[in-house]
Amino acid sequence: MFTADFIQELDKITVKYDQKKAALLPVLHHVQEKDGLITPEAEKDVAKYLELPVSHVHQVVCFYHLFRQKKQGKVHFAVCETTACALRGAEDIIGYIRQRLNIKPGETTPDGKFSLEVVECLGACETAPMMQCNKEYKGFLDKKKIDELIEKNK
Amino acid sequence: MEKVATRHFGQKDSHLLINYIKDDGYKAARKALTSMAPPQIIDELKKSNLRGLGGAGFPTGTKWSFIPQGNPKPKYLVINADEGEPGTFKDKYILELDPHALLEGILITCFAIGSHKAYVYIRGEYIKPHQAFQAAVDEAYKAGFLGKNIMGTEFHLDVVVHPGAGAYICGEETALLSSLEGGKGFPRLKPPFPAVVGLFNCPTVINNVETISCVPPIINKGAEWYAKLGSEKNGGNRIFCVSGHVNKPGIYELPNGTPLRAIIYEHAGGMLNGRKLKAVIPGGISAPILTPDQIDVKMDFDSLKAIGSMAGSGGIIVMDETTDMVWAALVAARFFAHESCGQCSPCREGSGWVYRQIKRIYEGHGTPQDLRNLPGIVNNIGGNTICAFGDAITMSVGSYVAKFKHEFEAKIKKEVTV
Repeated sequence: MFTADFIQELDKITVKYDQKKAALLPVLHHVQEKDGLITPEAEKDVAKYLELPVSHVHQVVCFYHLFRQKKQGKVHFAVCETTACALRGAEDIIGYIRQRLNIKPGETTPDGKFSLEVVECLGACETAPMMQCNKEYKGFLDKKKIDELIEKNK
Repeated sequence: MEKVATRHFGQKDSHLLINYIKDDGYKAARKALTSMAPPQIIDELKKSNLRGLGGAGFPTGTKWSFIPQGNPKPKYLVINADEGEPGTFKDKYILELDPHALLEGILITCFAIGSHKAYVYIRGEYIKPHQAFQAAVDEAYKAGFLGKNIMGTEFHLDVVVHPGAGAYICGEETALLSSLEGGKGFPRLKPPFPAVVGLFNCPTVINNVETISCVPPIINKGAEWYAKLGSEKNGGNRIFCVSGHVNKPGIYELPNGTPLRAIIYEHAGGMLNGRKLKAVIPGGISAPILTPDQIDVKMDFDSLKAIGSMAGSGGIIVMDETTDMVWAALVAARFFAHESCGQCSPCREGSGWVYRQIKRIYEGHGTPQDLRNLPGIVNNIGGNTICAFGDAITMSVGSYVAKFKHEFEAKIKKEVTV
C-alpha cells in the first residue's frame, strides 16, 4: 500500500496532466525509483491510484523496456549493441563484461552487485562504444574503463 | 557559416536563462506575442521552408496550418524528444545546452496554433537532458515566460516534461500520443491526422526538438534569411550526427544540401585509420544504405529521396572496408526485431523472420533458397502495417541485401569477403 506521503508525491505529478491516466509512465518511474522494480503489488496500487484496470498497468509495465519486474544489480550495465556501437567494438565490450563478471546478458551476479543487459541505441553514437551505467552514460568504452568500473564498485 | 540550432553550443553556461537572454533571448517570443497575429507567424514559417527535422521532413508551417480554427476543443503542442533513431544524438545536446531556445520556440508555436499546453516527451534514458530541460522550464516560469499573462499579454501556457520508458516506437508520432496518454506505444491509423484528432482526441501539432529550436531565429531574422541558408525547398541548416568509422564522430550543423562526401571527409575528419569507405547510412538506421559511388549526393530531403534513400533524422553512420555487410544487416535486423511494437502481424512476425534468416546466413548455415526468400519476406512487411516502422524494415534491410548481395552469396558459399 502507498503511504499518504507517497501519494502526495504522486499527486504532484498527476496534477500536471489533463487526464489522470496520462500520468501512468511518470508514476511508474516514481514507484520504480523508490522500490528498484515494479512488483505485482505496486501494479495494483498504481491501478487503484490512477483508477485504471490492473491489467492495463501490467500491460504497460511489460511493454516498456525501462520498467523492471525483477531487481537489477547495484551497478547495472546496459550496453548498446546497435550499429554505431557495433562498428566500434560493442561485441568485444559485452564479451569482456560477461567474462569479468561471469554472467550473461539479463543476469545479475550472485552477490547482487552487478547486472548486465544488452540494449538498443541510447542516442550517444558519437561516444561509441557506450553504455548506460545506472543513470549515467559512459562512452568510449575499453577494457580498462570496464575494469575501473568493476573495481570501484566491488 | 552562420549557425542556428547550435549557435550557443560551447558558450559558458549556455543553458542558463540569464545567458540566453543576453543574446536576444525571448525577443522573438515578445515580437510574436505582442506584434504578430497567429496566421502571420504561420505564413512566416511556411516562407522559411523549415521542414520537420525529426525525420519526415514535412513543412512545419503547413503542419501548423492544419490545426482547425474555431474548434472549441483545447489544442496541444507535443514535442518529440524521444530521440531513438540509431545514429541520431542531436536533440540531447539542445535539451542540455540550449533548452531555452526550445522553450522559446514552444512559446511561439503555441501562440501561433492557439495552444495553452505543451508536452515535451523525452526518452526515458535521457536522464540528464530531462533534468536540464526541467530546470529551464522552472526558470522560465519564475521569469514569467511561462504560466499566466506571459510578457504582460493575455496569453498563458503550461509546459509539462514527460519521461518515456524505453520504446523506440514511441518516436513515431501517433505511438508517442498513445504512450503520452498512458498506454502502450501503439501507432494509430492515419487519417484522422493528429492535427485534427491527436492528444486526448484534440487537435495536436507534434514537432521535433531541433525543428522548434529553429523557430525563434526565424521570427527574429525573417523567413528569407533562413530559407537562403539551405537548398531549394529545404530551408536552413540541420544538425548532422556522424558516427561509425570516422576520425571525429559528433554533431555538425551544416546547410541543408551539403554533400555527404564533405561531411565525411572534411567535417568528420575522414575515415578512421585511413581505411576505405564501404557503405554509409545517410539518415538513421531506417534509411537505405548508400555505396561509395553515391556519396556526392547533397544532404537534403529531396536529393536523398531522388537516389532512393532518405535524409531521415540526419544520423550518418559510416562503415569502412573491414565491415562484413551481412553482419551489418544482421545488426540492423536485430534492432528492428527487438523494437517492433507487435501490433501488426507483418511487422511483428516479419521482423523476427528476417532476423533469423540473416542470422542463419551469417552463421554459415544459409542456403541459396534463403537468399531468394529474403527479398520476398522483406518486401511484404512495408506497406502492410499501420506505421512506417514496417516500411523502415523493407527499406533498410532490403538495401543491404540488394546492394551487397555478393557478400550474402559468399557467406552461403562459405567464401571469405572481409
